[in-house]
Amino acid sequence: MSKKDTPMNSSQNSGSGYKQKLDALLGKIRSLPNDSLEKTIAVAVGVSLFCAVFVSLSAVALRPLQVANKKLDIDKNIVTVAGLISESEAGEADLVRKALTSIETRIVDLETGEFTDAIDVNAFDARKAAGDPELGMEIPRQDDVAHIKRRAKYAKVYLVKGDGKDKLDALILPVSGYGLWSTMYGFLALEADGETVRGINFYDQAETPGLGGEVVNPKWRAIWKGKKIFNKQGEPVLGLIKGNVDPSKPGSEYQVDGLAGATLTSQGVSNLIKYWLGESGFGPFLEKFKQSKPKTLEGAA
Amino acid sequence: MSAVSENEITGLIDEIKANQDEIKQVVREPLVDNNPITLQVLGICSALAVTSQLSTTLTMCVALTAVTAFSSASISLIRNHIPSSIRIIVQMTIIASLVIVVDQILKAFAYDIAKSLSVFVGLIITNCIVMGRAEAYAMKNPPVMSFFDGVGNGLGYSLILVIVAVIRELLGSGKLLGYTILPTVQDGGWYVPNGLLLLPPSAFFIIGLMIWCFRTWKPEQLEQADFKIMPAHSSEGGH
Repeated sequence: MSKKDTPMNSSQNSGSGYKQKLDALLGKIRSLPNDSLEKTIAVAVGVSLFCAVFVSLSAVALRPLQVANKKLDIDKNIVTVAGLISESEAGEADLVRKALTSIETRIVDLETGEFTDAIDVNAFDARKAAGDPELGMEIPRQDDVAHIKRRAKYAKVYLVKGDGKDKLDALILPVSGYGLWSTMYGFLALEADGETVRGINFYDQAETPGLGGEVVNPKWRAIWKGKKIFNKQGEPVLGLIKGNVDPSKPGSEYQVDGLAGATLTSQGVSNLIKYWLGESGFGPFLEKFKQSKPKTLEGAA
Repeated sequence: MSAVSENEITGLIDEIKANQDEIKQVVREPLVDNNPITLQVLGICSALAVTSQLSTTLTMCVALTAVTAFSSASISLIRNHIPSSIRIIVQMTIIASLVIVVDQILKAFAYDIAKSLSVFVGLIITNCIVMGRAEAYAMKNPPVMSFFDGVGNGLGYSLILVIVAVIRELLGSGKLLGYTILPTVQDGGWYVPNGLLLLPPSAFFIIGLMIWCFRTWKPEQLEQADFKIMPAHSSEGGH
């Protein structure tokens, strides 16, 4: 037994009987034969307890920093998906914050498709609200094409102001859907006409890196720009196809290249577009949005 | 209390001084002579996955070296009290806790890199080098030596990974750490990047070539063949 194993504080004579008892107990455990049942259980419990405390402490201590990072990452996603700043500039927090000032956040009641002030914009968290009995709802099985089971009754949408005047420049909708391994959370930015895609991005996903994980690849996301979502009947038909899109063929404006080697993730992305832009998602909202043909922010509101 | 910890620190320094030569040995050996990747062929999976960019590779190397060093040291600290029937799971618990903490630290201080490494930080738990050093070295040697053995093996792993990453990023995208070195044709330069080098299999080829080079340079690393192919004419005995 090494020197370290003798009780460290015995010389200081802390005097508490509790401590002495603990030391005695530890000494007794140490002196047990290694392969005895008592020792095995004691070591297992001791190691687990120590590791659990160690892990929890670090998780709790670092939580505030991680939350701030996550929020900045979401903000970054919002401003890049709207094309307000380029991907290479997204690393700078100041630029992100500056770009955010031209974005107005509103809450939409998904059922009626209208803006509502009943919910506090800053406090609203769609992922938390989805699980809430009041704010969330279960999606009927036949409607749940994106396989997300529940969603919030409200959604946070982002209105991008144009240069100078209060012109509406773009509209950013939060979307989510199940891929192969994970629910992918992201943003879809539409032009002010409410039909044309400006950009798409995912800020939280755990698809296979290199295959399905390529949903965040800037090159792939760039081909979404200018795609149309609704066909003449007003159904959301935009989706991913196998292989590359032939731009000369009719209907290519409704198609995006599939991700090579990631059939299920590609289907997941198609499904989430179908769900969130369909009747049970932002359909009613977009309908009203297009009818009102808002040229200004006031018009949209 | 402070006197105790001071004593402990000076004791630790004395121990390091006393074992200086041995420590140099355990740190240096895994770099070339007993490299975990080229000789023991361990930890290949992450070597394929994280080497397409030098920045993620460096983060991964630091994370793995830290985990190997601290897990070896802590396992060695309690090595005399680990019942042999549960020793693997005790090692795993310690390694897994350290990996989670490393992951948490990365998420707090290097969020973008943590995001691009995604699952691979978590997969350090299953990296054979960490467990291999715990089982082969830390269970039989004192904590300080185990710590440096972990550092040495982490550095051996890092050395190979950094070489692979430099080759892959430089020739695959014409950049190093995100800075353009060879301007590619897409950006109006002259260099035609080799897309294969951005795909995981290329790391296999590079590591294979490196193992070849290492064993040509140091023939003692060659393994004995398990089987010898018999000359064809000696098989006259038939079935």
